[in-house]
Order: sequence, then C-alpha cells, then structure tokens
Amino acid sequence: MTQQSLWQFIIEQHEKLLTQITQHLGLTFLSLLLAIVVGVPLGILIARKRKLSSSVLGVAGILQTIPSIALLGFMIPAFGIGATPAIAALLIYALLPIIRNTYTGITEVNPTVIEAAKAMGMNKTQLLFKVEIPLAMPVIIAGIRTAAVINVGVATLASFVAAGGLGEFIFGGISLNNTNMILAGAIPAALLAVLLDQAIAVLQKSGYRLFQKLKYIVPAILIIVGAIYLLTSVSENKLKAGFTPEFMGRQDGDLGLRSVYGLNVNPVVVSDAIMYKAAYEKDLDLISGYSTDGRIKAFDLYVLNDDKKIFPPYFAAPIIKTKTLEKFPELEKILNLLSGKFNDSIMTDLNYKSDYLHQTPEKIAKDFLVKNNLYKISRKGNSGTIRIGSKIFGEQYILTEMYKMLIEGNTNYKVETKTGLGGTKICFDALMNDAIDFYPEYTGTGLLVLLKPTEQTIKKVSQSPDETYNYVNSEFQKQYGIQWLKSLGFNNSYALMMRRKQSKELNIMSISDLKNYIDSK
Amino acid sequence: MITVESVSKNFNGKPAVDNISFQVNDKEVLVLLGTSGCGKTTTLKMINRLIESDSGNILIDGKNIRNQKVEELRMGIGFVMQHSGLFPHYTIKQNIAVVPELLKWDKKKTENRTQELLNKLHLSEDILSRFPSELSGGQQQRVGIARALIANSPILLMDEPFGALDNITKADIHSEFKSLEELKNKTIILVTHDVQEAFELGHRVCLMDKGKIIQIGTPKEMLYQPKNEFVADFFAENRLLLEYKVATLKDVDDFNSEKLFDEFNFSENTSVWNALQKLSSNHKNTMQYEMLIKAFNEYRKLQIV
Repeated sequence: MTQQSLWQFIIEQHEKLLTQITQHLGLTFLSLLLAIVVGVPLGILIARKRKLSSSVLGVAGILQTIPSIALLGFMIPAFGIGATPAIAALLIYALLPIIRNTYTGITEVNPTVIEAAKAMGMNKTQLLFKVEIPLAMPVIIAGIRTAAVINVGVATLASFVAAGGLGEFIFGGISLNNTNMILAGAIPAALLAVLLDQAIAVLQKSGYRLFQKLKYIVPAILIIVGAIYLLTSVSENKLKAGFTPEFMGRQDGDLGLRSVYGLNVNPVVVSDAIMYKAAYEKDLDLISGYSTDGRIKAFDLYVLNDDKKIFPPYFAAPIIKTKTLEKFPELEKILNLLSGKFNDSIMTDLNYKSDYLHQTPEKIAKDFLVKNNLYKISRKGNSGTIRIGSKIFGEQYILTEMYKMLIEGNTNYKVETKTGLGGTKICFDALMNDAIDFYPEYTGTGLLVLLKPTEQTIKKVSQSPDETYNYVNSEFQKQYGIQWLKSLGFNNSYALMMRRKQSKELNIMSISDLKNYIDSK
Repeated sequence: MITVESVSKNFNGKPAVDNISFQVNDKEVLVLLGTSGCGKTTTLKMINRLIESDSGNILIDGKNIRNQKVEELRMGIGFVMQHSGLFPHYTIKQNIAVVPELLKWDKKKTENRTQELLNKLHLSEDILSRFPSELSGGQQQRVGIARALIANSPILLMDEPFGALDNITKADIHSEFKSLEELKNKTIILVTHDVQEAFELGHRVCLMDKGKIIQIGTPKEMLYQPKNEFVADFFAENRLLLEYKVATLKDVDDFNSEKLFDEFNFSENTSVWNALQKLSSNHKNTMQYEMLIKAFNEYRKLQIV
C-alpha cells in the first residue's frame, strides 16, 4: 500500500475539510459573539460595582479551570448534543478573558479624564460610551483576542458532541493512526488561531478610530459565519445517526456501510463517551458502538445484525514486545492466566458494572479475579517495573487493573499503569517507544488500523477470528517484534445499534433492514 | 454670585473642609490659595458637585445647587484642570466640541465658536485635527480653557490650571488670562498653591489651611493687614516682590509724570514692578527709575503701620 501524502489527502477530502473549517469558524465566532454580549456588560457592571468584581471574576476563573472535555460532559444533560452544548462550553471558556479585560480596561482609564468628562456634564451613559469604553477598547480587544485563540483550540473538542469542526479530523486521525488526517485537522486549526490572532491584533493596534468604522462590520461577519454554520449543520434525516470519529474513517465503519451496504445515513460525528446516552435520550437514533459495551445493557440498545459481515472480529489480547517477554521471563505465563476467562456477555456485564453502576475498575477487577480463584494479595515486590497502558474506555481500565493485580500477586514485579491513552495510535506509539510494556489490543484494530493490508488480505483473513488472530500475530512479530498473547475470549467488535423499542417498531433487525428502511422514503 | 454657607466635607472621618463660608461676586476672580491638603481643591469641586458636600449649602445666584440636576449644573460651569484632562481619543476639534455636543448645538454654531476661541487663545487652526498627545503642555492648557469657555457659561472653576507649565509659558498665559475679554465677564474661582499667581490673577485671595479659611481679602489686604502670624509667614518669602507687584502707579501718588505714562504706555493700574522693569531696561531713564523707587518707599511706609 503506497503512503498517501498530506497534500493528496487534503485534495481528496477538501469538501469535508471546508465544511469542518466553516463549522470550526462558526463555532468559534458564535461563541465569541455570545461571550462578548455577556462578558462586556458583566465587565462593565463589576467595574461600576467593584464589590461584585472578586466574586464574578472568581466564578469565571473557576469555570475556566474545568477541563474542556468535562465541561462538554456537563453540557450534555442540559443541552443534548450538537452545536448548542459546544457553543455553551466555548462561551464559558471565552468569558473570563473578556470580563477581566473589560473590567481592567475600564478601571484603568485615567481618573483625570473621567473627572473632566463628569465636570463637563456627561451623565453615566455618556461617560461610559463616549469615554470609558473607547479608552478601554484596546484592553477589551486584547481580551477578545485571547478568547478567540482559546476558542479555536477548544473548538476542536466540539467534535465529541457532534458539533463538527476540525476535531473530526484530528481525533479521527488519532484513532485511525492516520497522520495525514491529524495534520489535515491540526494545521488548519493552528492557522485559524494565528490568523484570527493577527486579524484582531490589527484591530487592536489601530484602536478606537478603526473600531468605530468597523463596529457594524465585525459583528455582522461574526453573525453571518455563525448563521452559515447553523444552517449547514441542520440536516434532516429519518434517523439521526451519530458515529465516532474513528468509525467515520474506517473500512469496517462508515466507509464499509457505504461501499458494502450502500447505506448513507448522513451521520454526525460524536464522542463515544456520550454517544450511548445520546441514543438513550433520543438525541440520536442510530449509533456506532462496541459490542461489549456495558451501556448496551444499561440503555436497552439493540445491536443490528451485520448480515454482510463488514465488521471483522475484534478479539482482545495483550500485545507486548518479544524482548520485553525475555526481560521479564515470568510475565507471559501470568498474562495468559486470563485467556479464555471471558466471553461477550461476561465482558458486557463487567462493562455494565463500570459504565452504569459506576463501580471502580479496581473493585470490578478484584471481584472477577476472586470469583475465578485468581486473586492473590500483592507481594509488593520491587524487582522491576512493568508499565501497562490502556485506551480511554472502561473495558481497558478493568483489564489493566486485572493485569496489575495478577502481576503484583504472582510475581515480584512492580506495576505502573498508564491509563487513558487517547487512542490506538497513542497506545501503539507508546508501546513502540517503550513508554509502556504492553496493553490490551483488538485483532481487528491490529489488522485494519495498524497493519492496513490490501483489501483482498482483509477479506481473506477477517472471515474467522482465528485466521485474523494468526495473521496479526505473525505480521506484528515480523514487522514490529511484537507478540499477541493468548486471546481473552471476547469479541468487542464494531456494531451498529438502535434503541430496542424503536428497532422493534420499525422492524429493523439487520443493517440490510436499516438500508431498506432508509431507502423507502 | 456664588455663596458658600458653612460647608463641610469629611474623608474617612477626617475633615477636609471644615465649616467654611465665603462669597464670590459676579465677574470677580477669587483665588483659593494654600498648601496641598488644605482643602482648596475639595472646596472647588464641591461647587460643581464633583464632590458632594456633607453639610452646608452652596448657592449660585441664590439657587441651591443641590436642587439642580447635576449634569445641568455642570454644563453651566466651565471647568479647567491641571493636566488639561483632554480626551486622548478625541481630536482637538472634538475635545473643544464636547459640551456643545452635549447641549446639541448645531455644527455651524460650534464651528464658529471654536474659530473665535482659537483666535482669542492664539491657537493655530491646524491643531484641530491633532490629538492631545501631539500638543505641547501650553497648547493643551489653552485647549482646556477653550473647552471650558465654549458654552459661554458665566462661571469658571479652575483647578491649578497652570500648575504643570514651565515658568515662561506660565507667564505668557498669565498675561493672556488677564487681557482676555471673555474672562472679564466671568465669575472665576481659581485654585493654586503659587502665591505669585494668586496675586497676579486674583481680585481677592482666600488663604486656606487645614480645611479652614484663614483670611479672605485683596492682595493688598493680605500683605499689609494680615490677620495673624500664619498669614504674615505665608507671604514672608516673596514679600518684597509681592509688594512691588500689588502696588500700582495710582497708589504711588508722588510719582507723577504723565509724559512717562504716554511714553511707556503706562496706566494708573500698571504695577510698580512692571513699571520698574520697563524703566530699568535701558539706562536713559535712571532718574525716573529712582524717583519711582523713592515714591514706592514713601507709599510703603504708610502701609506698614
């Protein structure tokens, strides 16, 4: 397979890229506009009533420190998914610099000038609009500038809540191990930040006089771009579909649905962390998901039958460098203790405990090991450290805990866990660079994301779980010196799912049924 | 006429102005004089309510200023401050036109009036498009005065208006100040800590200390009839110079030479100091010079009892 250049990728995907840039700008501008509408008057208010200033700035400061993903998470129960929660979250991030700079700008206007204005008989409104705001303008614009740059950055996360933007490429690329895709998202995002920063800097330098000329034009631009974004993001479909960025770019994902089933559902891109809840709350009707996810059970979702077999097997197994196995001779035996102890429903149940019952991964892991008579108290050994990685979802956290307990109970090695690595690419790069020693990977991911063989090979080896396993194991040893240890026994493949009730009502049991339903407009 | 009746003002419990009363007559220049912290600026700012008094009344032409809308009160009183207080984001033209704009004058009227003031204040027209930071201190101060005069308000409050200027510029502006027709019809209260300025510009001087008025009177009264030690000490340093300045040719009866009045453009009101300066500038008039000194000394003897 020839390596595609970044330029080729951009040309091929230019329509998507343009949409994403528009969405990105739309999100940034709309939220910025709202932040100005809210922040500037608030800044003026606290400059007038100084007593309020510490509390208002304090609250805005605290909001600023909430991690952006967590903030998006808080927004979902209130606003559902789509542009609204993203804009609300961005608005909150943009508030602090705008409020603070408005406040500082106005309080630092030379008191002599204010006294002169009062002495000439200006009332408070005239004083504000003729003197204070114009003189504070450079500082206020500096705040807007900071907010704009922050927002271009944070807007990449909007793709988690199906609001689009360049995050679709960035996070899709990270999941898919596609550097071109990452760069096609990241470079425009960086350029947007720089351009916006510079454009506002020009405004700031030319100060009040230019601002007076532009005071109608700038908000107009903000509103128009925002409106375009809102219009483009509204798409009418019979079923609202939301797929993860990874699913969007995979042959065993949206691409396969289009090419094999001929199914185009106009999906929005959404983070898997919120996708299931969104389906449950009817914000989405059709989602991509993982067949062992605990939320399938929790939210009573129905997995559509993949009747044309586009989802290859995804059996989980730890992958580890051969040289690491040699360095820690006891390790292989210990890691294989879990082999065959799982099936899909066991794993779904464990995930259910984590995702829905909110038990800690430690507790779930310990309960499971105790039940299977594998649990031993940690020896607190110190004869070497093994670092376990995990991807950023529940199942991987649970497996990591189990391995940790097994290793520390049966050997004198010490375990360090590096959980929550952002995606396949990050985990695999960490393994290759010896930042971690092993992590649980899935055969299908190894095949399609990491090895990327020809289509014929994929077709041939994805027919049975064993063939896939053997193929990835031998290719990984050849190409990377990495072994696949024994499979754990469950298949966490991709799946399309709907609410059980809706699938019954519409009589959609398989992906082909779904296609027939969508076509029967 | 401005009447101040038993006015007091405290800042954080400390009296800044302590139960003071005085009157300013129409078309009079009253100078509030004192060291910094004596309450003179506070007194001034209470008149246009930039500072609200705690107790007592201030009346302008018999009307209590508290009963007027504060913006209307201020639009009717010109205000000139030390560092000009011009708006840095406005051009000079816009700066001068602030009050007319608030009063909603039509453009033509504002322009004509601006032009008139520029001429009177010896400002060139091409500064109109410039910004305050591009002007010299003296020019800024003149623009500040133009701004205060433009609406023809009968009262002018001046808070150390020439305090930031160098001595030469100050002297120039002082002489303009005295010769400006426009100012002769105004009731002016001027705050300064500069004794010479007070004597030069004020019809009457009000000497303040620690929030109280120590003495109000004409410059001559301040010099020759000081109410107490404090007043005498206050003027001790420049006393001789001040004496020469407050005495006019009219006062010095013995010096009677109408020929000289014509020759040097002297009038009855020319101060002895200025006359001596003129006479000493060349050596031809040594005799007149000495005569004048002699006459002045005679006059002085009579004053100091």
